[in-house]
Amino acid sequence: MPAIVTIRDLSKVYDGGFEALKHVNLEIEAGEILALLGPNGAGKTTLISIICGMVNASSGAVSVAGHDIVTSFRAARSQIGLVPQEITLEPFEKVIDTVNFSRGLFGKPADDALVEKILCQLSLWERRDARVNELSGGMKRRVLIAKALSHEPRVLFLDEPTAGVDVELRKDMWDVVRELQADGVTIILTTHYIEEAEAIADRVGVINAGSILLVKDKAELMTQMGRKELRIELQVPPEAVPESLSSYDLRIEDGALIYTYDTNAERTGITKLLAALSDAGLVMKDVSTRQSSLEEIFVTLVEDAS
Amino acid sequence: MNFYAIKAIYISEMKRFFRTIAQSFISPVLSTSLYFVVFGTAIGSRINEVDGVSYGAFIVPGLIMLTVMTQATSNAAFGIYFPKFIGTIYEVLSAPISFLEIIIGYVGAAATKALFIGLVILGTSYFFVDLTILHPLTMIAFLLLTCLSFSLLGFIIGIWAGNFEQLQLIPLLVITPLVFLGGSFYSISMLPPIWQTITMFNPVVYLVSGFRWAFFGVSDVPITISLLAIAGFTLACLAIIGWIFKTGYKIKN
Repeated sequence: MPAIVTIRDLSKVYDGGFEALKHVNLEIEAGEILALLGPNGAGKTTLISIICGMVNASSGAVSVAGHDIVTSFRAARSQIGLVPQEITLEPFEKVIDTVNFSRGLFGKPADDALVEKILCQLSLWERRDARVNELSGGMKRRVLIAKALSHEPRVLFLDEPTAGVDVELRKDMWDVVRELQADGVTIILTTHYIEEAEAIADRVGVINAGSILLVKDKAELMTQMGRKELRIELQVPPEAVPESLSSYDLRIEDGALIYTYDTNAERTGITKLLAALSDAGLVMKDVSTRQSSLEEIFVTLVEDAS
Repeated sequence: MNFYAIKAIYISEMKRFFRTIAQSFISPVLSTSLYFVVFGTAIGSRINEVDGVSYGAFIVPGLIMLTVMTQATSNAAFGIYFPKFIGTIYEVLSAPISFLEIIIGYVGAAATKALFIGLVILGTSYFFVDLTILHPLTMIAFLLLTCLSFSLLGFIIGIWAGNFEQLQLIPLLVITPLVFLGGSFYSISMLPPIWQTITMFNPVVYLVSGFRWAFFGVSDVPITISLLAIAGFTLACLAIIGWIFKTGYKIKN
């Protein structure tokens, strides 16, 4: 896949001396959903703000669809839609007016049919004449998405799109994001919620303290980084790891034996372990496996980095 | 040039104005009427003509200037400060528009509002005094330039202001006193010589004087100097705005 957003050696030092980004390099592929994970203050919002033109970079370059964001800012920005983290809407404006405003701002002539389509897609059409301050929090967030989509961007940035949103609405949002991807829109979302990245992202980038720690295909990341656990429940719950099994990486949890192994290793050691259990005369009641989640991977990465 | 963006900003700003049309319209009409009652009728009846013009009519240009300057400044200041305050400025900054287009949209809308209010006051004054405008084109040109230049000033204030207090500071503490002391309600020649000299440092004198010349053909300072003064003021505001956008002052970090 060709890159639609290319970030080269991007750094940002704020006036107060805070170094928000440190030589960031990143290529975002056309048509993908990239989740940027990182703790608070990691630099996610600064990165998005620079790409979208709200913050000036200290050094480095960014291009969107081949257009430099500084020298060809019109061409670059017209490709981008942004849904900000905070709900920032003019309270007394009508929903339809604020969406039309966004479209005009991005240099596009009025298109009632398109705006109707977007508002319907986001279940806002019925409330098009409502003032923004009459809407619920979830609805306001949809209005922000409608505004960002009003000029048909090829790249959509969602900065913490589901922060403070209930579970049902979050799932709705994910559906909207998947539909957009099906329409060919590239989506970059920052999130605190690992489950969000796990649910919808194609690739995951982890950012911490202004540096990108890694960017990987989500499935690959989970396989590569993933440690699996084999849980063996015995007929008679053991109190300690039997002497004959001490050579295996075993621990006891809730009366069951837990064996941790690396899925990427040439030999996982499972067959030998099971044979050893049988030799020791231990009778198994149940066996199950569990893969570590993206959250655990993320925590490990950030902890290692700091 | 991104004309759709200019139009979008302009229309959005004008809609805000029309949402509060009663307040936008009634407030200047009421305050102008009060000025006419107090200055024109109560006090004016005891004052003879000033420069050959009845006192009631004499104060009309000054009254229009007073309101136009304060309205242009505060409308433009609020227009750009409000999106900054509630955060919607992100959209303007991330849009494919140049700073010139942003200014045309916001300042154009603020100037239009001020012009509208200025014309409303002019209309209101016909209910109180007999008025003949000697140089209507010059009058309109002066009014337009004042609306524009003070909207530019307001835009600067709106960018600079960090809170609502600062937003009100310059219109209240600078513009209003300068207009009152700038010959809005009297001729400079009525002042003692020393105050006449001091008054010449007040830029508003040149605007009020030029504007009054357009009405009655009499002025405290020559009309060309008045025109140069307002043109210079407009250029100064444009230069400051140019610098603001070049450096991203208080907008982009």
